[in-house]
Amino acid sequence: MGRSQKKGPYVDQKLFIKVQKQIQSGRKEPIKTWTRACTIIPEFVGYTFMVHNGKMFHKVFVTEDMVGHKLGEFSITRTFRGHSGNKAEAAAPA
Amino acid sequence: MPRIVGVDIPNDKPAWISLAYIHGVGKHLARKILKEAQVDAQVRAGKLTEDEVSRISQIIDRDLVVEGQLRRQVSQDISRLREIGCYRGIRHKRGLPVRGQQTQSNARTRKGKRKTVAGKKSVKEMR
Repeated sequence: MGRSQKKGPYVDQKLFIKVQKQIQSGRKEPIKTWTRACTIIPEFVGYTFMVHNGKMFHKVFVTEDMVGHKLGEFSITRTFRGHSGNKAEAAAPA
Repeated sequence: MPRIVGVDIPNDKPAWISLAYIHGVGKHLARKILKEAQVDAQVRAGKLTEDEVSRISQIIDRDLVVEGQLRRQVSQDISRLREIGCYRGIRHKRGLPVRGQQTQSNARTRKGKRKTVAGKKSVKEMR
């Protein structure tokens, strides 16, 4: 189910331009984005993204290990508050 | 009984079956290895000559990651997923299926034995 090698990784062009602007100006501000499907490329390492999960933006600080994953993998879309009567777990979700 | 890659001591079974006792070598790989080593796959493992055994273990050492090293590699891969906090890592932490399987029912391999919930209505009671 992998993506064709010919195409290379999917990187959102607008987001890529935004990152490059930050690299040039040397700033490191969180970048808000909705493109969860965008692959994390080595250039993104060290930058912070605000990844939309359908409701809010999750702060994702990109580390080297995350390269090759997609931004959406780090912004959870579901909240599990635990089952009723299961009080220990209820506080856990992020 | 021949020893191949450290501790593994397969027994009186055909060579290709015994080779599959090594963690990281299945039946398919076992046959491939034996073919490359030019050893008859049907010969009992105990009757392999020393020369044949050393040819087999050479091929395994050269091409494959097996046993302890493989186990370490797998658990490292999993802990990497856990640490970076990606979706798959979270599923590993929670002990739920990682590859998008349904969890409303089944998924018992990951979730373990059923935990009965007190006071939960069963299908029978609802009728």
